[in-house]
Amino acid sequence: MDFISILSIFVLACFVGYYVVWSVTPALHTPLMAVTNAISSVIIVGALVAAATSGSPIAKWLGLGAVVMASVNIFGGFAVTARMLAMYKKKEKK
Amino acid sequence: MLSFLSAAAATLQAYPEPTPAAPPAGPLTEIVPVPLPTGAHVGEALAHAATPSWAMLAYLVAGVLFILALRGLSHPTTSREGNRYGMAGMLIAVVTTLVTHMPMKVGDAFNSYAGPDFASLGEILAAIAIGAVIGLVTARRIKMTDMPQLVAAFHSLVGLAAVLVGWAAYLDPAAFGILGGDGLINPVSRVEAGLGIAIGAITFSGSVIAFLKLAGKMSGSPILLPLRHVINLGTLVAILGLVGYFTMDQSLWVIATITVLSFIIGFLLIIPIGGADMPVVVSMLNSYSGWAAAAMGFTLHNSAMIITGALVGSSGAILSYIMCKAMNRGFLSVIAGGFGAEAAASGGAAKEQRPWKQGSADDAAFMLKQAESVIIIPGYGMAVAQAQHALREMGDHLKKEGVSVKYAIHPVAGRMPGHMNVLLAEANVPYDEVFELEDINSEFAQCDVAFIIGANDVVNPAAKTDKSSPIYGMPVFDVDKAKQVFFIKRSMGGVGYAGVDNDVFYMDQTMMLLADAKKMVEDINKALDA
Repeated sequence: MDFISILSIFVLACFVGYYVVWSVTPALHTPLMAVTNAISSVIIVGALVAAATSGSPIAKWLGLGAVVMASVNIFGGFAVTARMLAMYKKKEKK
Repeated sequence: MLSFLSAAAATLQAYPEPTPAAPPAGPLTEIVPVPLPTGAHVGEALAHAATPSWAMLAYLVAGVLFILALRGLSHPTTSREGNRYGMAGMLIAVVTTLVTHMPMKVGDAFNSYAGPDFASLGEILAAIAIGAVIGLVTARRIKMTDMPQLVAAFHSLVGLAAVLVGWAAYLDPAAFGILGGDGLINPVSRVEAGLGIAIGAITFSGSVIAFLKLAGKMSGSPILLPLRHVINLGTLVAILGLVGYFTMDQSLWVIATITVLSFIIGFLLIIPIGGADMPVVVSMLNSYSGWAAAAMGFTLHNSAMIITGALVGSSGAILSYIMCKAMNRGFLSVIAGGFGAEAAASGGAAKEQRPWKQGSADDAAFMLKQAESVIIIPGYGMAVAQAQHALREMGDHLKKEGVSVKYAIHPVAGRMPGHMNVLLAEANVPYDEVFELEDINSEFAQCDVAFIIGANDVVNPAAKTDKSSPIYGMPVFDVDKAKQVFFIKRSMGGVGYAGVDNDVFYMDQTMMLLADAKKMVEDINKALDA
């Protein structure tokens, strides 16, 4: 992909983000932060690329370190979001 | 599924064949500061850069699933489904990367085996597993009142991961497919990696400070350095200048200086910001972690990372904007910091002794029972005292007595966006009893009792009347219109975060309940039982 197509994806995604986030109900702003945190750990993709490399041992270990951190975030972020959202269940008897 | 497998097989075959000229892989401890790419390396880089189209599609799907994850949060009923979309997106992104970037053994004089390097793969999977255990245990153990710290800690991890990935890309550009024809890193990629490292480092050190402040391991009051605006601006300009210079000179010192300066600026930016401005800071750091991911996505030409980065970046920015608006303060004034320090100094002297009424739990219980409608306003004090469960019990008692109970939440109540909502949800308060500022403010005129627990500035009428007040213009609850006000507060001595006196304390219809919030509500519950 050349720079312009990447930039196009980025700019359009910013607009999508803008509208999607405004539609999030204020009551769920804390879960929103937790889940955005989890998905921003998609940076693990970069960490995996680095960890799989054989070109530079330092790069490989940096990558492995980043894999650990990102996966703490991924598992922790999604789990804590799920835990919070489970509390927002509607009460049956009313 | 079949096409997926055959495509994967094709990728594996596309990997360069071992060449006799290739140097044997050195031991892991060997230090290679700046790789000197050979012709073979460049060829390998080109093979890497050509991501198969199925992988690009998979990353796109992951990006779309992340959008759906946020979309689900528009309502509590769809939110859990959204979270599952998010997990699915992440799974797709990780598996795709593992398949396309399988660690390979090239084979050498001692070992002719060429193919997937299972030892390396094992290390990667172990790294994921370690992270998974830490993450899951933390997520299960964390108390809901500690949520702001947890989010700050998670942000710091994203920031640090971005720094590490940026450095890895610098040290091994071939693996990231960012080498130009001349054997140097593409200038555009250098800017992207440089910015990614800078934003990541700022996110990391800023989040660490935010975490320490939120967890109470460091004083929440602003720490003001002399000339801080000059120092901060100077450092920022230096970072940007170095990123520019990096396009011409890819020496180690340039990127190392960028990293160090960014760590320092993140630290300097957050220390002058006080505890109650943390909602803005946490959202801002959330935004930064997104931009860092996006910058890395540019380096890797990866659509999933770019889409996610843009989503998270705009999400954090919007949350910061909402928080600033709810305090009627400019974003720059929050970021410049120091709020509360001056106000406390000037407000202290002008304080006068005014008469106020103190009530007991029994008085409060009696009057709550007589009321027709009660609006409860929780604030950070409720979180500190862990009073949410007792509060919900009180609500249940009152509902049994036929009293209408509603909860009113100010956007900046607590230490992060939506903090109060989560605590009330944890205590099993149905979300349809919880209202936002604009939706409920008109109801105070008709309500019998406004029950303020651990909030202060958000009910201060000075925000509407006193132009000289530091909180002037901030939207507040009109509790002064309620027939009766109960104000739970630990003592009369303390003031709110803004350091201003609150007229509500001294109104005729106000009864101060001076005690720990949880203890007071429990006492009220006992009195209601009796």
